[in-house]
Amino acid sequence: MEEKKRWLDEVYGQSPLRDAAFTTVSGEEVRPLYAPDDIEGLDYDRDLGYPGLYPFTRGIQPSMYRGRHWTMRQFAGFGTAEDTNRRYKFLLERGQTGLSVAFDMPTLMGRDSDDPRSEGEVGRCGVAIDSLRDMEALFEGIDLKTITTSMTINGPASVLLAYYLCVGEKQGASFAELGGTIQNDILKEYIAQKSWIFPPRPSLRIITDILAFCSREVPRWNTISISGYHIREAGSTAAQELAFTLADGFAYVEAGIEAGLDVDDFAPRLSFFFNSHVDFFEEIAKYRAARRIWARHMREKYGARDPRSQMLRFHTQTAGCSLTAQQPENNIVRTAFQALSAVLGGTQSLHTNSMDETLALPTEKAVEIALRTQQLIAHETGVANTIDPLAGSYAVEALTDRLEEQAEEYFRRIEEFGGVLPAIEAGFFQREIADAAYRYQREIERGERVVVGLNRFQNSGETLTIDLLRIDPAVEKKQRERMAELRSSRSSTAVQECMAALKQGAEGDANLMPLIIACARAYCTEGEIIGALREVFGEYRETVLF
Amino acid sequence: MNLGKHRILIAKPGLDGHDRGAKVVARGLAEAGYEVVYTGLHQTPEQVAEAALQEDVDAVGLSILSGAHMTLFPRVMQLLRDKGGEGILVFGGGIIPEEDAEELMRQGVAGIFTPGTSISEIVSFLEEKLG
Repeated sequence: MEEKKRWLDEVYGQSPLRDAAFTTVSGEEVRPLYAPDDIEGLDYDRDLGYPGLYPFTRGIQPSMYRGRHWTMRQFAGFGTAEDTNRRYKFLLERGQTGLSVAFDMPTLMGRDSDDPRSEGEVGRCGVAIDSLRDMEALFEGIDLKTITTSMTINGPASVLLAYYLCVGEKQGASFAELGGTIQNDILKEYIAQKSWIFPPRPSLRIITDILAFCSREVPRWNTISISGYHIREAGSTAAQELAFTLADGFAYVEAGIEAGLDVDDFAPRLSFFFNSHVDFFEEIAKYRAARRIWARHMREKYGARDPRSQMLRFHTQTAGCSLTAQQPENNIVRTAFQALSAVLGGTQSLHTNSMDETLALPTEKAVEIALRTQQLIAHETGVANTIDPLAGSYAVEALTDRLEEQAEEYFRRIEEFGGVLPAIEAGFFQREIADAAYRYQREIERGERVVVGLNRFQNSGETLTIDLLRIDPAVEKKQRERMAELRSSRSSTAVQECMAALKQGAEGDANLMPLIIACARAYCTEGEIIGALREVFGEYRETVLF
Repeated sequence: MNLGKHRILIAKPGLDGHDRGAKVVARGLAEAGYEVVYTGLHQTPEQVAEAALQEDVDAVGLSILSGAHMTLFPRVMQLLRDKGGEGILVFGGGIIPEEDAEELMRQGVAGIFTPGTSISEIVSFLEEKLG
């Protein structure tokens, strides 16, 4: 490598350079050139291997996108169940291949639309779902046997899963025929997304109940979608997103084992959800490192023998936090680059953000362009024809190694706290993320980091040139009327009986899922079911810091 | 500058959990010399108004990214007026379309800051309004 040193000192070193920091969006230094000496320790068979084989660095399926493309799954929901059902049909007609439900804040927080705390929030940032009746309307005319559905729901995941299973049942599908995902990742709620209900211990109990129930009854269901997306959106670096997400994953594995489950009975149904931010190579390296770390820990530390337990399957969403309210059409281009890095990183499914999301929920036009972006990548660019095409790149392999090392260092620090829960209680993750978010903001304000249209290349006197989606203010009233009608038309004896059984189960150690499904069938509302559990389990309170 | 005398409450009303912006602004204002109190998440409008009065703040910054701004801003303003806090400056930010921002300004909100706003813009705004 004497030649490289000579090049660095005498050739490159004598060349003029732009005035720039040459760091990734996470603030990591990037070298001018990567060469064989940067990946000296890399052992091909040990560290990369082959697609579909341990350690899965190059992809989890043997044929990757030559077998089939990633699932194109746009996260969508607004207004009433009927409004959102129309949007789903619009997306499916345009070639979307999976569904993804965005719930409104009351639904995410386990509150009914007629709860005083829901005022002004109903149907605003997602769809309002209060009972099985709304869920039936949400999927009306959509065959749940032939499509998979992802539901971004955490504290009340058990309830929304129960509603979904009941809709499937009414369509004539057995539980075993239904496939999909619930996010159900409460740890990252405490860390980043902050839509929690119960304290950690009862939350983990509900999660292990879901793991046990689904491994028996709903084998095609992804029971936890362990999410880095929100950690990144809250301002973390790529290394923090990677490390904190995998640490959460290991915590769920440990919780499952502690609850008496065999790791290979539930780990194959754990999946992941990552962000795709603007730094192209850093993101690709992150996905590759994630697969390798997960495989190694699952096999070596947790004794998983089933290869499916060792495979890290993931969904990706492009970075909402990278989009600008200024010159919103530029967001189409940002999203396309981010989607491309997710595909080059081997994602199993993908949501592409719409250009208008810093301003409102997306219009049909905006979401259509976002979906078309994925179809362009899949069918026109040719990148889907070769598996893990960037492997062997000195730069990408070196970045992959570095991210793995950084993640391992974070695992050691988390271990010093005594694990993920004590680290949450100590505010460790929250502080790390807030610091990174603030650092990033200062870099933008000082002009050290360029955001096109925001701090460079602004258009003076810019006025908004795109249409925005408006949520009908009548949605809240409609939803409240529907609830009143529901409460008067259902059997109150049946409701009381299954609610009493649920509370009794929560006080003891029964698996809660069958009890919640019974409540769902009796048309108990989400707020009633969560309310009953809240009485038993209490509510989480965060230590406030900034 | 005499900023240290001014107290600002940064508040997260409603069910929304997106606190990145609120925390960045809280820290930025504290570094600029303001005394900053942050409510934490999931506050009712009543809790926000109560905190503003108890903490004797000069301004309240509301952060709302859930689309509930047209309900929560007016509610907090009304409660402040009812409880003798009409002199408290109210500003805010979040995912707020321009026409909603204009309507809120008509109702007496002093400033609405949407994505892309720098901390220095908010500091200049507060300097101008609070003196």
